[in-house]
Amino acid sequence: MIVLLLRRLSSLLLTLLAVSALIFIVMDVLPGDPAAIMLGTSASPDTLAALRHELGLDQPLIIRYALWLGGVVTGDLGNSYTYGVPVAGLIAERLAVTLPLALFAIVLSVAIAIPLGVASAARRNSAVDYAAAFVSQLFIAVPGFWVGLLLVLVFSVSLGWMPSGGFPGWHGGFGSSLGALLLPAIALALPQAGVLTRVTRSAVLEVLNDDFVRTARAKGLPRRAALWRHAVPNALVPVVTILGLQFTFLIAGAVLVENVFNLPGLGRLAFQALTQRDIIVMQDVVLFFAALVIIMNFIVDLSYLYLDPRLRGRSR
Amino acid sequence: MNRVQSIAGGMIRLATFGVALSAGLLLAGVTVAATKTSLVLGMSVEPQGLDPTVSAPVAIGQVTWQNIFEGLVAIDKDGKIVPQLAKSWEISGDGLIYTFKLQQGVKFHDGEDFDSAVAKFALDRARGPESTNGQKRFFAAIDTIDTPDKQTLVLKLKERNGSLLYWLGWPASVMVGTQSAANDKTTPIGTGPFKFVSWTKGDRVELVANPGYWNTQTKLGLDKVTFRFIADAQAQAAALKSGDVDAFPEFAAPEMMEGFKEDTELVTVIGNTELKVVAGMNNTRKPFDDKRVRQALMMAIDRSTVIDGAWSGFGTAIGSHYTPNDRGYIDLTGTYPYDPEKAKALLAEAGYPNGFTFTIKTPQMPYAPRSAEIMQAMFAEIGVTMTIEPTEFPAKWVQDVFKGTDYDMTIVAHAEPMDIDIYARDPYYFNYKNPAFTDVIKKIELTADTVEQEKLYGEAQKILADDVPALFLFVMPKLGVWNAKLKGLWENEPIPSNVLTDVHWED
Repeated sequence: MIVLLLRRLSSLLLTLLAVSALIFIVMDVLPGDPAAIMLGTSASPDTLAALRHELGLDQPLIIRYALWLGGVVTGDLGNSYTYGVPVAGLIAERLAVTLPLALFAIVLSVAIAIPLGVASAARRNSAVDYAAAFVSQLFIAVPGFWVGLLLVLVFSVSLGWMPSGGFPGWHGGFGSSLGALLLPAIALALPQAGVLTRVTRSAVLEVLNDDFVRTARAKGLPRRAALWRHAVPNALVPVVTILGLQFTFLIAGAVLVENVFNLPGLGRLAFQALTQRDIIVMQDVVLFFAALVIIMNFIVDLSYLYLDPRLRGRSR
Repeated sequence: MNRVQSIAGGMIRLATFGVALSAGLLLAGVTVAATKTSLVLGMSVEPQGLDPTVSAPVAIGQVTWQNIFEGLVAIDKDGKIVPQLAKSWEISGDGLIYTFKLQQGVKFHDGEDFDSAVAKFALDRARGPESTNGQKRFFAAIDTIDTPDKQTLVLKLKERNGSLLYWLGWPASVMVGTQSAANDKTTPIGTGPFKFVSWTKGDRVELVANPGYWNTQTKLGLDKVTFRFIADAQAQAAALKSGDVDAFPEFAAPEMMEGFKEDTELVTVIGNTELKVVAGMNNTRKPFDDKRVRQALMMAIDRSTVIDGAWSGFGTAIGSHYTPNDRGYIDLTGTYPYDPEKAKALLAEAGYPNGFTFTIKTPQMPYAPRSAEIMQAMFAEIGVTMTIEPTEFPAKWVQDVFKGTDYDMTIVAHAEPMDIDIYARDPYYFNYKNPAFTDVIKKIELTADTVEQEKLYGEAQKILADDVPALFLFVMPKLGVWNAKLKGLWENEPIPSNVLTDVHWED
């Protein structure tokens, strides 16, 4: 078990190192000079040179990479070119929005998808199954940002129950912050719930046909008990895999919904940094995303060990 | 907010009623809710840092200029130069010595006194070797700066400069403190009527009224201001309609302006800006090196159709690189008016009877591809084929078009007021060189007399209208949407800004 963990951990670090080099090279090849963008179209060449020097952009590629990586390893992510503040702080501020939002959306998505998926698997080809299929197709087909727009129109503009967007900050009160995240979380959760419903349904269906479920029923276990005690737990591996993927997507890919609700999340930070060629922010954020994906996969793998005792046996 | 306000108003009235009852109806008359003194103002673009003297993006000035930071002089809402931290000035007969008398008793928000030494520091910082001021060229004419006493600042110039005073009114020329300048990018400290409170990156900047403001003649109508940054036009509209934002002085989407008409709580105010949308051409590249080709392309374009299609009919056609706001403006849209037949004939004369093919590099801002698509159809009428190539702005555009001048045609809105001199700059992306034009611009710089200057600006406009180094299309409107009870916001925009000094709520 320990050996397995160590092996996975070292491959995780190597992957991150490779990713960091790749990110750095891609950012360097990207057209556009951050200094030229910051100084606008009237800047003279000597002003440009002064700013490039100030930002350290006049140093060779390999030195810049070493400085950046050295900083990252020691916990110093550098200073944003455009904002002029430490990137670590920027990422932390944005995570305070993005992380709760992603968790909120995941919880909603699970709360919708698991009952719906299990119900439609349990009553295959019933009205419930068809209704669930229709609803989940709809959730998948309709883009989250559009759902977001609709929610804003109904609940903010027409009814005035909810703020139209923005984020008051956690210091502004837990309730109002959670309220600000409710509509975006719904907009993010619905498409994910659609996918998750389908996955849950097919996973449960597959398990329902397995011998052990039939045995459980033969022993005299009621349908319901057989379903929840035997079938569902054994169907969770593919569901958790999808959940892991969805969580990383929600952290990194929520930019469209963040735009509609004007939430200062991580996705918008990355997008903004890209348009402004705030390269240091780009590097740090992309590296963070990469680390997140890698670590998330690691956690999902670990959860298999928990969910499926057979895997535990093999790894020993 | 209105809903909240009216509910709050209701509660105040209710409470008052209770008090009045218990006090034997003595206070029955006191039911007027206090006038609102806070403002939430929306902007499309978040500023990159809050120091207008170290980076160029206009959004920085739109938050800080005249609110947090002030200059020796200022530009007023009519585009005129008015005294500010300098209460008066004298210019010597030869135009080489500017003597400013500074205001007394001016303090920065951190308590530092503003005097001539500070003014010298601010100007030296902007023009020094380590300066990263995007408009460093403004200060190039200054030779030495003297401070004979605390209230006197003397600028000695290398040569006359007719624009210096105007430039000193710009956001890039504001006065910064010796103690605070280094941190202005994140915590701006100025002398203005509002003080910086906080900046929640990606969301908002908050300001409060400065109780120690030096200009006691100014009566502020606001005590708390929140700038909110909302990029998405749909989200902007939702924020306005729900009352979360009181004003969007520059609403992003012209096609959505109709939607505000029915809303009686909001007013729409169409003003003008300094944003000139021009389709620049590479004047050294064939066939654009031939003036007749450029003139023919100009005649192929019906500006009003472009304005209708690209910007829902908002905007003013221009015939040169100059706006109706600018002093000495002449309407030159008639120099090469829409005439496809003449355009074809002129093309044939230039040796292109069957037209030609070229590429336009268009930034992603909505006005650019929309204009380009209409131009494409119009050029097709005279047998010219234009391919549209999207080019990411600013990064790739600055690299390929602006610095690399690797392009045939492009289209972009030039935001800087009174920047007709860009056609005399060398190098500049148009690759346009006309000694007669350069000469006129030089003369403007060397002239102090405003009447003479305006005449020269007229000449400059005419040369450009005839040479057509760029296709002059239209001036962007300022699409203001704000609460009907809000007064004092600038209708026009002689310089990109959101000046809040006169903004107040009416009951």
